[in-house]
Amino acid sequence: MIDLIREYWLTFLIGQYPNGPLGGLAMTIILAFCGLLASFPIAVLFALARVSPWKALRIVSGTVVNFVRGIPLLMLIFWCYFAIPLATGYAVSGFWTLVCALTIYEAAYLSEVVRSGIQAIPKGQLEASRSLGGSYALTMRSVVLPQALFNVLPGMASQFVSTIKETSLGYVISVNELTFAANQVNNLVLTQPLQVFTILACIYFVLCFSLTQVLGRIEAAIRRRRGLI
Amino acid sequence: MTFLSPDQIEQLLWGLRTTVFLFAASWVLSFTVALILVTVRAANIAPLRWAVDIFVAYHRNVPLLVHVLFWYFAVPEVLPEPIRFWLYDHGAEFSLAAIALGLGSSAYVSEDIRSGLRAIPHTQFEAATALGCGYIQSMRYIIVPQALRISLPPLIGRALLLFKNTSVAMAIGVAELTYQTREIENETFQTFTVFGIATVLYLMGTFLITAFGSWLNARVSVSNGRRA
Repeated sequence: MIDLIREYWLTFLIGQYPNGPLGGLAMTIILAFCGLLASFPIAVLFALARVSPWKALRIVSGTVVNFVRGIPLLMLIFWCYFAIPLATGYAVSGFWTLVCALTIYEAAYLSEVVRSGIQAIPKGQLEASRSLGGSYALTMRSVVLPQALFNVLPGMASQFVSTIKETSLGYVISVNELTFAANQVNNLVLTQPLQVFTILACIYFVLCFSLTQVLGRIEAAIRRRRGLI
Repeated sequence: MTFLSPDQIEQLLWGLRTTVFLFAASWVLSFTVALILVTVRAANIAPLRWAVDIFVAYHRNVPLLVHVLFWYFAVPEVLPEPIRFWLYDHGAEFSLAAIALGLGSSAYVSEDIRSGLRAIPHTQFEAATALGCGYIQSMRYIIVPQALRISLPPLIGRALLLFKNTSVAMAIGVAELTYQTREIENETFQTFTVFGIATVLYLMGTFLITAFGSWLNARVSVSNGRRA
């Protein structure tokens, strides 16, 4: 196993980068980061729509969110894989297909996280702001959302970890990420699948486990600060 | 929008059938393993507790697809030859995918059950003992019924995720719904028809599980059934 790591560590980390496309662990992290970053504004909009005073908006956003949450991510990836080139007229790379699918999928889940944060803010605050003459938009923007988003930071962090895990599905549409790189190594070596896939599992484990620990610390710090206020 | 031939519809339904079987097999496995994990962890012997914690942490931090690939490519290498040949003769993809899915889900299920158990105050156990119940009796009549009620909603959520995650098994060639969808798409190029049907089938599955979950929840919930 040591020999395997010595020979292929660069493939696991960055794929064929200097001589080919970027891949491996670096690509996995970039994918997860892009997915979460792009889904965040959409998630906030959907969360606002789901708690809005207009019934039609609530119904439409609720239907969209439940639809996305009701189908497997893999299905969504295939939908993006076929629909985006048809809709835009361009051949889209696997990277952007996966980013799109992850964005839609994460936005649906993240919007539920944000919504729970918004609904946890006491209604009295909204009423107070409204009776002071603040409009609905102003109240949401400067009273409810800042507190709600801060409170759901831990939820968003764990969403980031699950996004990292979900990028592995890019393997199915041949996106150059970590699982894909491991499979390439496996095809080159041929005789040591046990070692190759153990290394792969270890990399994911170290990455996600350490992230979870760090984020847990941050969450505890936030709780402590909230408690002191 | 064009329609599929009867053969292709049948192929899709076979895929759906495999998806349902895969879901059922991996759910039973995950629940069984989760109960074992909870029991072992409750024994409060340090090395066993660490082993369970490592098992849970491993399955929560490694992607499902990696579990599936690991079980399919790596595990048969270390199995004794007779077992390996037997597996390959009896649909290795299906059983290995079911094991990977079931074990992956069991880590989460065990945590859900454990947090349900933890939510029951210890005084209830003491009260049951004071009334003359043994360990098994207090568990059977006092603790577990309440704990199950508390952990029912997260357990339904897990079942839902497990149902959707069965699609990952297509990566190793299990002929489930997503796999058959791709096959038919490759043959006919009727992308939107076939993916639309598959999506509706998945939505129906998740809807049925959700509906069953809320029915069960309403049935066992104490606040609804309590008589004054």
